[in-house]
Parts: sequence; C-alpha cells; structure tokens
Amino acid sequence: MAKRTPLEVSVAVAEAAKMADVDVVAAYPITPQTHIVETLAEMVANGELNANYIPVESEHSAMSACLGSSATGARTFTSSAGQGLELMHETLYIGPSSRLPMVMSVCNRALSGPLSVWGDHSDAMAVRDTGWIQVFVENGQQAFDHILWAFRVSEDHQVLFPVMVHHDGFHLTHVIEPITLPEQEEVDRFLPKPRYPYALHPDNPVSMGCYAPPFIYSEIKRAQDEAFRSPEVKQSILKAWEDFGNIFGRYYMPVEAYRTEGAKVLLVTMGSFSETAMVAVDNKRDEGKDVGIIRLRLWRPFPYEEVRDLVKDADIVLVLDRCISPGAQAPVYSEIRSCLYQEENRPQVFSFTGGLGGRDIVVDDFEQMIDKGFEMLQNGSEKEFEIIGVRE
Amino acid sequence: METFSVYVPKLAPKYEGLVPGHRFCIGCGEALAVRLASKALGRDTVITCATGCLEICTSGFPQTSWNVPWIHTLFENVGAVASGVESGLKAQMRKGKIPEKKINSVGMAGDGGTSDIGLQALSGALERGHDFLYLCFDNEAYMNTGVQRSSATPYGASTTTSPAGKVSIGQKTWKKNLPDIVAAHNIPYVATACPSYPFDLMEKVKKGAETEGPAYVHIFSPCPTGWRYPVDLTVRIGRLAVESGVFPLYEVEDGSYKLNFDFPKLRPVRDYLKAQGRFRHLSDDEIQNIQQRVEKEYKKLKVRCQET
Repeated sequence: MAKRTPLEVSVAVAEAAKMADVDVVAAYPITPQTHIVETLAEMVANGELNANYIPVESEHSAMSACLGSSATGARTFTSSAGQGLELMHETLYIGPSSRLPMVMSVCNRALSGPLSVWGDHSDAMAVRDTGWIQVFVENGQQAFDHILWAFRVSEDHQVLFPVMVHHDGFHLTHVIEPITLPEQEEVDRFLPKPRYPYALHPDNPVSMGCYAPPFIYSEIKRAQDEAFRSPEVKQSILKAWEDFGNIFGRYYMPVEAYRTEGAKVLLVTMGSFSETAMVAVDNKRDEGKDVGIIRLRLWRPFPYEEVRDLVKDADIVLVLDRCISPGAQAPVYSEIRSCLYQEENRPQVFSFTGGLGGRDIVVDDFEQMIDKGFEMLQNGSEKEFEIIGVRE
Repeated sequence: METFSVYVPKLAPKYEGLVPGHRFCIGCGEALAVRLASKALGRDTVITCATGCLEICTSGFPQTSWNVPWIHTLFENVGAVASGVESGLKAQMRKGKIPEKKINSVGMAGDGGTSDIGLQALSGALERGHDFLYLCFDNEAYMNTGVQRSSATPYGASTTTSPAGKVSIGQKTWKKNLPDIVAAHNIPYVATACPSYPFDLMEKVKKGAETEGPAYVHIFSPCPTGWRYPVDLTVRIGRLAVESGVFPLYEVEDGSYKLNFDFPKLRPVRDYLKAQGRFRHLSDDEIQNIQQRVEKEYKKLKVRCQET
C-alpha cells in the first residue's frame, strides 16, 4: 500500500531517484538544490541506494560525468539550479544530440547579477533550446511523480532524449508537503530498465560524438528536431502519463485546464504559482466572473495543439512569466502568442511578468491580474506588457 | 639509445585501436603516440576524447578511425566524462546489469585541453580517485585551431598568439609543469613519455591502465606543422628533446620519482631548438638562458629521484 507522509519536497525528489534505482548520481551542490543531493549522498552512504555518487568539482563536470555515465547505459540522475544550470550550459546540448537518456531535477532559481539564490524561471528559459524534454511541476507530489515519469520517457527507445523536471526553488524545494510514496513493486512495474542500445562497451564498439562538417550538420540537426517533435515521442510522453495514472491513480496532461468552461479570460501559468492562481480563479468564479486557468506542464516539445484547443473560446489570455527577456517579449508570452497567431479567432494576449528572484505572487495579485483582464475585455488595452509586484 | 632505432614490429602488439584512414598531418607525433598507446591498451578500453586534433582527425561524421568504443563531448571536460564512464561501468557491473570485466577508462586530450581549459575537470577526477588513465598528448600549443600558445608552450616559442616580433621573443613564460601538478594530487602513477621511445611509451600506458586508481601519462608529441620542422624529423625531434633534458622521461610511482633515461651529459638544447622554425629567431643569449633553465630543472628532477 502506498503511504502518505509529510516530506520536504527535496527529500521526495531524492526518494523518487532512489525508487528509480539510479546507477549514477553526479552533482555539485547549489542552493536551492542541496537537500536533494545531500539526501542522495546519505542514501548511498547508508547502503539504501546502490549507486555511484560522484561529488564533482563543478556543474560543468556534473553534466559531463552524467554524459559519460549515460553513454555506458547506466541510469543517471543529477540536479541543479540557477548559476549551476548556466555553468552546465554547453554540456546540456550534448545529451539530446547524442540521444543520451538521463533525468535532471532543476530547482528553478534566478540568475546573477545581482546574486539571488531565490526562485524564478530565468534559468529554465536560458536552457529552453538545449533539446531536453522539459516539464514544470506545481507541487511536491508532482515533483516526485515526474522523476519516475521522466526516467520512463527518457529511456524509451522511441525517445532517448534527456528530461528536465523543473520545480520552483524554495517555493517547492524547501517546503514540507504530504507526499504519497508508492510501493517499490509499483515503481518497478511502471519503470522497467530498457538496455540503452548504443552503450559504450568493448563488446560492441561505437564512436559517439563525431564532429559534423557542413555537408552533414544540417541533416543531423534536422533529424534531431524531427525526432524530438515526432508523434512517437509525444505518444511516449502521453502513454507514460497514462500508465502512471493507471498504476498510481494520478493522471497528468501536457496542458492542464482548470475551470476553463465558458471562460472569457484565461490565465496561463507554469510551476508552483499555478496553485495560488487557482485559488484566485475560484474566488473570481464565486464572484461570477468567467475566468479559468491553463497550466503548461509540458514545456518542450511545446504542446501547440493542446494550447490552441484550450484557448480557442477565450477573448483575453493573460500570460505570467517569471523571467525577463531584455528588450523583447517575455518567453512564455511570446510562445503562447506565436502559437495563437494563425488562429482565425485569436484572443488578445497580455503579458505579465513577476515573481522574480523569489518575490511572491499572492492570491490578491492574481485577482488583480484577472480584474485587469476583464477591464481589457470591456475597454481594450493600449499596453501589452506589465511587470507586477514591483515598487516604483 | 641507438638500439631503439631498430624497427621491431614483432615486439609490438599487432592490435590497432586507431586504424588507418585518419586525417592527421604527415609526420604527426600525436598520431604515432595514440597508435602506440592504443596497442598497449588493447580492446577492453573505452576512450573519452577532448575536442582537438585527435578528435577532428579521427571522427569526421559519418566515419571513424576508432576500433574501440569512443566518446567525444566537449573540449574541457575529459576528466569528468571519463569519471562518468568509469562510474557507469562500475555501477552496472556491481549491480549485475553487465558482466564483470576489466575495462580501461581512458581520457585523451591535448595540452590545451589538459593544462588550460580542462585542468579543473582533470584535477577533480584525480582528486576523487577514479580508476582511470589520462593521456595528455602535448604538442605545446593549440594546433587544431592554428598554433595558438597554451600554458604548455615553451619559453621562446613563436606561435600565432605569442608571435616573435621586434620587441618580443615569442612565448614569454616557462612551460607549465603539468606532470608535477598532477603528481601533487598524490595519485598512484604519473609518467612522461614520447613516441620516439615506443616501447617505453607502451610500457607506461600499460602500467597506467593496470594501476588501480587514477594514472596519468604526459606524452610529448612533436608537431611538424606547428613547430615548423621537416615531417621526417618527428622521431628525431622527440629524441633530441629527451637527450637535451628539455623533456625528461620519468615515472612517479606512489610518490617515488624514477628517471627512465639518464644521460651522463645532456646534449646542448641548441641541437633541439635549431631544427625548429618556432625557435629560429632566438639569440645566443636566449638559447643560453633556456640552457640554464633546462639544466636547473633537470637537476631538480634528479634530486627528487634520489630523495624519493
């Protein structure tokens, strides 16, 4: 029987990696990820987890060691955040292009300068185009669930792409939530260990990471992108969620709708703030306002169809970004707007940016955003962008 | 030394880990060294390769010159990737996912990838005590990108980013002593080698691979393209470097230093320098300066050999 127990979310993430029976963990400590890797190191030290824990000297080396480990066919896990993810940057492109499965939990953190260890999505947006499958989770249970899900997707022979599970630094990593931990037998049933087909081993020598001259580079990158956005990868992602639901009783989707029926104003959020926004939506619904929320879970490959389908009846779409794109539109807003541009009845899309560097966005703030949405519905808006929760 | 000039192919393993058809320059000392090393390592080897000449000359997609499993990811991370390869194989063997077998995890990089940009990853891997062998093929500059200076470039050498000019002798700093820095990590085996001494090189690579824990072999790899000497002189240049004391061949086993080839009298460094275009501009005074430095370093090494 699965048991529900209070756990710090970081500990839950480590529990998930343990239940996935990872072979290698290579990680460098960084706030707010530390509790995850400390817990894993402790599990290895106590013999609860049979894995090689590589305490590398930098995040660049963490991801590099993961590449080597994954290339031998070992189930490989790491975790990072903020500056750490940025120090990894060039190494992040190698996994997807060499089709190396692995899972990284990213504890989303702002980027320097000024230095901030607190949460926002700047780090996630900086690695948007690295070719990893990326999901955002909203609470501790989802964080736990998606580590297992990520291994299942990543190692599927139809996929073989690494997976990032984004969860908000501090707002999730450092809170204690009731988490339902499954039985090991259930995890094993959900998560078999397919043998990596191109593993580095003398019995079957392969050359991995050959360089590509101009006559072939474009073809290789196209092949990578076609595979990444293929129906096979999408099917694997959906099937893994479906099987997960059937075994564990919690079902997930690429984009999750909440009270969107007949909604004229729609909020679009990602990550833990979605739950706060849902409370605001409830309150506004109680006031009789037709407002709903859609939460992006799957960030890459981007779920265009699902977003279009959920947004088609709305008049105003309010997108919340927790990242600034200096001199340009905020990244999630830009994605949503471009996704809807070709639609015949496209809604007006408005950009809110907030929650930077650990600044909270509370229910009141979301209610004000929703009010602005209804004002726009009435009177239109000259503006397309507003930064919220910031002092003048 | 003359006995080593006899070509004795039957004494070397027939096995080739690096097969013909690669794209190295004619007379490349690194190609020779890698071929010898791969013979010494044998089939049960996984190679992690840094970006550089070695990677570019052996791996143009969709071809490969490698008979052994081989991975290249980036420039500065060979120590880390090789750590991952070693840990991945070990963990899977321990957990019964793949059969138990001695497999050499071997990192290969140039002097830039080792003593400059890859130094941190190497130091980390050495300090953590991974069971792996690191081979640095030192051709004393960034040859793949067109002969730019590295910290392994010797004093006085003219490179494209340390050019000799009216007010410059070229490289103004003395070569970073990587084997010494590696030895300071207190790893079980450190050695220097040169393909001009093929059996010594193979012996050291083999010893390094058999060592439990980290092992490092620094391989002097003459480069006709970057050092500007005729392509048929590679083996001779290597010998002159060793015989003049510019690049002494030694081992550090568990902290104990051993000079493998000692010479009662070192050849003048002039013999070594004069054959190479990169040193052609050096005045007699500068050559004398280098001579003194080489003698001083050589003496230091000999003292260490006696003391340890």
